[in-house]
Amino acid sequence: MSGSTTPAGLPVAELAEENSAERSHRGSRGSGREASGGFLFSPWHLVLIPVAVAMLIPMVWMLVTSVETLHETQRFPPVLLPHPLRLANYSDVLSQTPFARWFVNTVIVTVATVAGNLLLCSLAGYAFARIRFFGRDVVFIAILATLMIPFQVVMIPTFIIVHDLGLINTLPALILPNLAQAFGIFLLRQFFRTLPVELEEAARIDGASRLSVLFKIVLPLSGPALATLAVITFLWTWNDFLWPLITIYSPGNMTLQLGLTTFQGTHASSWNLLMAANVMSMLPVLLLFFLAQRYFIRGIATSGLKG
Amino acid sequence: MQIPHRSAGPGNAGSRIRRILESDHVAGWAFAFPAVFLIFVFGIVPLIWSALLSFQQTNLIAPGRWVGLANFRYLSHDALFRQSVIHSLVYTALFVPISVAGGLFAAIALNRKIRGVRLYRTAVFVPVVLSTIATAIMFLWLLDPNFGLVNFLLGKIGLGPYGFFNSVNGALYSIAGMTVWGWIGFDVIIYLAALQSIPQGLVEAAEIDGARTWGMFRHITLPLLGPATLFLVVWSSINALQLFDEVYLLTSGGPGTSTYVVVYYLYTLAFQQGVAGYAAAIAYVLLVAILSLTLVQLWVGKRLVYYAS
Repeated sequence: MSGSTTPAGLPVAELAEENSAERSHRGSRGSGREASGGFLFSPWHLVLIPVAVAMLIPMVWMLVTSVETLHETQRFPPVLLPHPLRLANYSDVLSQTPFARWFVNTVIVTVATVAGNLLLCSLAGYAFARIRFFGRDVVFIAILATLMIPFQVVMIPTFIIVHDLGLINTLPALILPNLAQAFGIFLLRQFFRTLPVELEEAARIDGASRLSVLFKIVLPLSGPALATLAVITFLWTWNDFLWPLITIYSPGNMTLQLGLTTFQGTHASSWNLLMAANVMSMLPVLLLFFLAQRYFIRGIATSGLKG
Repeated sequence: MQIPHRSAGPGNAGSRIRRILESDHVAGWAFAFPAVFLIFVFGIVPLIWSALLSFQQTNLIAPGRWVGLANFRYLSHDALFRQSVIHSLVYTALFVPISVAGGLFAAIALNRKIRGVRLYRTAVFVPVVLSTIATAIMFLWLLDPNFGLVNFLLGKIGLGPYGFFNSVNGALYSIAGMTVWGWIGFDVIIYLAALQSIPQGLVEAAEIDGARTWGMFRHITLPLLGPATLFLVVWSSINALQLFDEVYLLTSGGPGTSTYVVVYYLYTLAFQQGVAGYAAAIAYVLLVAILSLTLVQLWVGKRLVYYAS
């Protein structure tokens, strides 16, 4: 849905250059040319250490609390080093809440949304990039215009449409409206246009259908763009809150974000359990972030998205 | 790729149908249709529908009644709406400059080639991928008035305790502080990209001409970061005006009405009180406000920002 894109007029390619930042410090890891040649101590450390600490403290404190006993969380001054570590908080969350159900629901919604976007935006992006068809430019501009619309503006009628389709309180309500994003079409169309057209033309002359040109020639060359779209869609879907909040009401159909808020509502003072649940809800995102940091950074820079 | 050449078509009529089916118009629409249809149904139709709703009195389910401009007239003397607008503007006026300036500062520090810079960067980037809900739950505990770590640390230097999200005067500022924590990595990502695209030759030339650190920053770096700054100001403003998740989870608009913001008010109207027509009017006011703010910012930006090509 909207709310996740570079406002029209800003060169996406320019922002995507962040990759070079990533590349340069990746490179330095390999060659040891820059980082290890840098100063062992620089005044900038005095700036960066407090910044890094401020960024990390909330997460470290969450981790610490997630292994404390309830009693330890209710002490002031706070217990900074719990002993022994109460790992049972994690299993308590799993047994006291439908956490596993929320997790599975979120995975289903996220995987379906990512897969749908990759497929539908590839097809549409290819049509807008390569095929001349009636009404193409008008439709494309209309799609671009939807990028400017905040989700809250269309939220009420979208709710009514989904309600009329009989999908309220079902997982498809979370999937269907987000199955194809304008941003994805735009991103892939721009990328496809940078590919050399000769290869596709040659295959067409050899009798290949447009579908097989797309799937056998274009998409295999589009790895980075597809990865960027996948990562953004993943992040957006995994972290989405407002739409699930208005469409889902039974605990069994909730996503993690929605489940967490209801858990917070009913266990407002069980901080150890809340933190354990919070840690578990973040794990997949953090894991993927560390595995595919390059694509996350590029994706965040091109889409303007924040979880 | 082994795709056999097609054999000649059967008859005249058949070949004409086939020619149509194989034409670019059909192929183009066949490829684009699923995505275009979905965006039409869940993007363009609701946009128009929302406009129609704003002239109606309706709940979410039953058919509405046309009331002309009544919803918009009512807006002008709805005290809670006026408060929500003020809170949204105050929040935006805090969040945008602090996160953009903070992001610039952090990006300049993180652009140094010093030991451990990768680690620092990761620390700054990580909050960007966390959800608003996860971040809010984390901060709710961190800023807990009774047992929170922050009050403990502030107590060490003789400050506090503060109520943070529980205090009428501090809740909105606490939310702003928290969202800056969550967003600053985004500003850093954009600024780092911009910093690294500054041509090295320019920097060296300025050094040869005797530019000092501050002069270099003021006259070389800052102007070249103009486009990135403009983007961040526009984009952060758009997002700040859409603040919702944090308010919903942390304060529910409270204490009192001290953190009612436009989208939270819109949500309570449409989905808790069933006043959908009035909420749609607010949604359209929000749309117009966001679009005009963006246009003003871009217009001012065009005068101030230098685009190197």
